[in-house]
Amino acid sequence: MSQLVVENLTARHGLLTAVKDVSLRLDKGEILAIVGANGAGKSTLLRAIAGSHGAYDGHVMLNGAPLDHLKSHQRVRAGLALVPEGRRLFATMSVQENLALGAQVGRAGAWTPARVFEVFDNLVKRRHSRALNLSGGEQQATAIGRALVTNPDVILLDEVSLGLSPAVVDRVYSIMPALRETHTSVVIVEQDLGRAMAVADRVICMLEGRIVLEGRSADLTREDIIGAYFGLSGQQAQKEPVG
Amino acid sequence: MSQPYEVERWNTRARITVWAFVLGCAVLALAPLWGSPAFLSRSVVLFVYVLLAVTWNALAGYAGLMSVGQQAFFGLGAYFTIRLSDGGVPVFAAMAVAAGAVALVSVPISYVMLRLKAGEFAIGMWVLASLLHLLVNLDPLIQGETGISLLALNAFDPKTRMVVIYLFGLLSAVGVVAGMLLLLRSRFGAALQAIRDSEEAAGSIGVPVFRTKQLVFVFAALGAALAGALWLASTVSFQPKTYFGIQWMAYTVFMVIVGGIGTFEGALIGAVIFFVIETLLASFGLWYLILLGGTAVFFALAFPQGVWGYARNRHGWFLLPIGRTLITREKTTGAE
Amino acid sequence: MIDVVVQGVLLGGYYAILAAGLAFLYSVMGLFNLAHGSFAVLAAYFVVMLCDALGLDPFLAIALVVLALGVIGVVVERLVFEPSTRGGPLLSVLATFGLSVVLDNAMFQVFGANTRSLAPYIGDLSWASWELGDLYVGKLAVITLVAAVAVLGGLHLFLTHTGLGRAIRATAQDADTAGLVGIDPRRARTIAAAIAFMTIGLAGAALGMRATFTPYSGTPQLLFAFQAAVIGGSNSIWGTLIGGIVLGLSQTIGAEISTQGFFIAGNLVFFAVLFARLYGGSLRLPALILKRKV
Repeated sequence: MSQLVVENLTARHGLLTAVKDVSLRLDKGEILAIVGANGAGKSTLLRAIAGSHGAYDGHVMLNGAPLDHLKSHQRVRAGLALVPEGRRLFATMSVQENLALGAQVGRAGAWTPARVFEVFDNLVKRRHSRALNLSGGEQQATAIGRALVTNPDVILLDEVSLGLSPAVVDRVYSIMPALRETHTSVVIVEQDLGRAMAVADRVICMLEGRIVLEGRSADLTREDIIGAYFGLSGQQAQKEPVG
Repeated sequence: MSQPYEVERWNTRARITVWAFVLGCAVLALAPLWGSPAFLSRSVVLFVYVLLAVTWNALAGYAGLMSVGQQAFFGLGAYFTIRLSDGGVPVFAAMAVAAGAVALVSVPISYVMLRLKAGEFAIGMWVLASLLHLLVNLDPLIQGETGISLLALNAFDPKTRMVVIYLFGLLSAVGVVAGMLLLLRSRFGAALQAIRDSEEAAGSIGVPVFRTKQLVFVFAALGAALAGALWLASTVSFQPKTYFGIQWMAYTVFMVIVGGIGTFEGALIGAVIFFVIETLLASFGLWYLILLGGTAVFFALAFPQGVWGYARNRHGWFLLPIGRTLITREKTTGAE
Repeated sequence: MIDVVVQGVLLGGYYAILAAGLAFLYSVMGLFNLAHGSFAVLAAYFVVMLCDALGLDPFLAIALVVLALGVIGVVVERLVFEPSTRGGPLLSVLATFGLSVVLDNAMFQVFGANTRSLAPYIGDLSWASWELGDLYVGKLAVITLVAAVAVLGGLHLFLTHTGLGRAIRATAQDADTAGLVGIDPRRARTIAAAIAFMTIGLAGAALGMRATFTPYSGTPQLLFAFQAAVIGGSNSIWGTLIGGIVLGLSQTIGAEISTQGFFIAGNLVFFAVLFARLYGGSLRLPALILKRKV
């Protein structure tokens, strides 16, 4: 049985339809990457799944149970956590306090603040620093840690490498083996195609709110994805020859 | 080639409204010839409400400055009138000069107050009103809360007095309404709307945010001061407690929120609605104030667009030409 | 002179309790409750009613009223604060102002114009004092100051050392994100409102014990609370205590100068502090929690 099921999800920003009729499934322990240009609807899709976008049409189910009528905090308690774009830490709280907030949800599991400090050992010495004084990489690690200590079945990571140097991004992605170990399912939204394909089992490409390409990372070439990314592949590419 | 659109700032309905307004003013200006003394004296009350509502609407509805301390300027307007009259200035001239002086006084005040945000500004103005109240009480002429009367009015016979007060009120109210209209149609009007939508964005495109707010602040102080002077002339006695009292704000908030905050017509309609309610219900004493407060809460929470805002949104009504309407000229667009 | 200073500091204790709820609500919800003073007066009437009609022990009555105010806080949050903040901070000004008009006049209608006080119910506490050399220090005023320190200290510990306190701070900073880490922002706000109103209950009791009050005493209480909060204006909860003491001191010193000096000096110090802050740097709000996102 799929762990996360999204059926015919349509979400709007005012008059603009940002996500159009998107359906996807995620198996337990699977890592799915969503790629696409800015404005393709990736972040809106994640926020709708997490319940922080407001109303949407369609359905979201976790472990077979519908989430549509649950608010974001109830979805966290059901086992779904989002690391939002821009990290959104509580600025005047320390790293420890940010983690404690997530741990307060009280879902049992392998992830505790202590475990987060093991995996992101660079946070140990920053334990009592206010979030606003952290570097970008440290902030991102704290944000991921804050979501993990809720012990989610599914974690959604929105643009976790945004604004970080490649070396720091490596550090952030070093969390992936630990997620495999706990069989946590992951959806990542990532601008860096190479990284997305390297990390994920499966890749989805979105264009103007729709899924235009989906496949196992191993079966797709970079060119396939780039074509879909710009809307040039398949029928569209034939209909509108470049030039 | 001409532009593919034109900017409409007038239309037939607006012209009709303006002519009706001018005609109405003319009829009212002649009221001393046809109106009873009771009509004249009740009209003065309505003028006071219009002055308060229109200028507070400019402040709160257009500039987003939610003052609950306009009684500071209302009381000061009356107090300056008393002071000037006591100093030998002819009484009706004293009313006008007092209002002007209050507007001047409001300029330095604006430098402190306009730096406060939302709720802070609201209570800050209230604190200011209470401070001015205390300071006025210190003036030996006022004799603390005992107060004093505008004795200079006794020099006129009651009929003449009523007529002059009425005309003063009419002129002030019409002046403030016309001033508001001109303000909204000037570049300040566009600036105000930009500030209301987003102060930050307005500042970033070069709208003089502080100057614009300051202009409205002074305009609102002038309106409240005129209202205070007018109220003093019609009731004669000055007791600081009554003039610096918060009930003026309760009335004003009620008028504007019920009529439609942030709409030009709404403040006027609210003043009329309040005037009617007050005429009918004032005898119910405090229950009437409770009703006013309750209605204001209800409108703020459930119906913030007010009566006029509702009608305008639903039916696209407007009476006066404030905005700019773009009319596309279908036939004259550039050739394909 | 020492006497004046001691009286001023003790009076500051009352203002600190009074300001605590106003500053706390502002820092959590970003709204100033213009009905703050009216609710304090309502609480004082409740205590009088319980003592008068039911003959309860005054301190039991105060405890009950503090709880009752907590419940009122929940109701007001759901019926007024929550819907009004959805429409922006300006609507909450209008709504809470309207609420104060309703409360003040309803209290007048119900309780009448007579001044009331809790003094008759608390025995010699209302006038008893400790003698320190030449100095007489009112027991009630000392108790009020101690209570202020306890309330503010308790609030501080609650916000920094409990899960619920953290949840309230998180909600104050960013309610959306609080939801994403499993906090129910609505519940956090409701609890914050209940706590703020419980401090209002305590402030009302203090008002009733130290002085007389009428249905229209709410306005000065609101203004004092606001002045103390703004003068204190730091990011620490103790700023409120300092603000209260500065206000109390300026009032008692002002009263030495002239009879009207009590109020005028308080107002002038308030505006002086405000002016200095506005033009000597950015205005530091009476916030217990910085509202800033990373």
